[in-house]
Amino acid sequence: MLDPIILFFIFGIAAGLLRSELRLPSQVYDFVSMLLLLTIGLKGGLELSKQEFSTIAPQMFAVFVVGLILPLFAYPILKIWGGFKRADAASIAAHYGSVSVGTYAVAVSYMASLNIHFEEHLPILLVVLEIPAIIVGILLAKGLSNGTNWKVVSHEIFAGKGIVLLIGGLLIGWFSGVEGIKTIEPLFFDLFKGILALFLLEMGLISASKISSLKQYGLFLVIFAITMPLLSALIGISMGLMFGFSIGGTAVLATLIASASYIAVPAAMRISVPEANPTLSLTASLGITFPFNILIGIPLYHQMAIKAHQIIGG
Amino acid sequence: MTADTIKKLVTIITELSLETTLIREIEQCGATGYTITNARGKGSRGERDAEWDADRNIRVEIVCNAKVAEAINYMLQEKYYDHFAMVSFTQDVSVLRANKF
Repeated sequence: MLDPIILFFIFGIAAGLLRSELRLPSQVYDFVSMLLLLTIGLKGGLELSKQEFSTIAPQMFAVFVVGLILPLFAYPILKIWGGFKRADAASIAAHYGSVSVGTYAVAVSYMASLNIHFEEHLPILLVVLEIPAIIVGILLAKGLSNGTNWKVVSHEIFAGKGIVLLIGGLLIGWFSGVEGIKTIEPLFFDLFKGILALFLLEMGLISASKISSLKQYGLFLVIFAITMPLLSALIGISMGLMFGFSIGGTAVLATLIASASYIAVPAAMRISVPEANPTLSLTASLGITFPFNILIGIPLYHQMAIKAHQIIGG
Repeated sequence: MTADTIKKLVTIITELSLETTLIREIEQCGATGYTITNARGKGSRGERDAEWDADRNIRVEIVCNAKVAEAINYMLQEKYYDHFAMVSFTQDVSVLRANKF
């Protein structure tokens, strides 16, 4: 049976394609996405309060390196095969090297609804994975000696709403611990799925508006936006195995690496690589990759994780 | 209306993502204040319907003297017109308490 939150997403897409007047007021959307980011941060922080930092540090490093490599891998494909301009190829590559918190939230909810255990400290890896692709993207677009104002760019990255809320949630969760967090559980944890449903309704509407601009950009972008997450998921699966994650954890990590950014990276790219066309990368990440990951990707990565564990486990 | 109550009103309609950097530069041009409102519309870069952060527009209004207005327009032309969704126009306005600007 389909998870109702997925039905909310499909409902949003359908309403959007039908050009319905429906939309979440922007303040409500801001509030809903704020709650999601804080909840994910809090969960990661709680886990951090239970674990030794030294066991997580190597994983953070490995994920950081993957964040650097993914855009380097995507860039030549986009530039040579796709025929995109340098700035556009670099910007799209950065989107696919970074992550989508919305996709992560759906993966978490998917695992929870099937009662599958996964490593709860993944939000920390999520935060780490947001950043390196942005830097690589800017360097790919502009080269090393380029007069990029790194002060402005790093402010855009680290003071962006997403990172601030995630890190704030992480720290609050870490300091409060499991007992301390009980008082705020009803808002952040108990309501999580309802909040996620509203978020996905709006995301469906936005995806639909991007799908309608797809015609302009041709088949290559569609193929890239589906193939790239599949390849990234394979990297995610192998990393999950390398870290000794459970099946659930492997699948969530694969989802994380397969996801493409649509908040942090667009904002940073607009400021630092203004000659890149923002519609191209947003059409790919919001119009294709996000719906693909939500509807097909997550269950598929779960199956891939099961298979991988069977093969490794014998 | 006396000549010294006449000031320039510069109006800029552009992308939300530019807000922080643009405001800094406007102040560097000598503007002493500004007003920002959210905006929606359609132009040469397609519909800016405010549905997504990347599609949100702002409208910045600055009352200033002719010299500052000129500096702002020059700065916009040099740094922003090429790559950003941006419209700007300047008009004469008569203001009360003109010494404020």
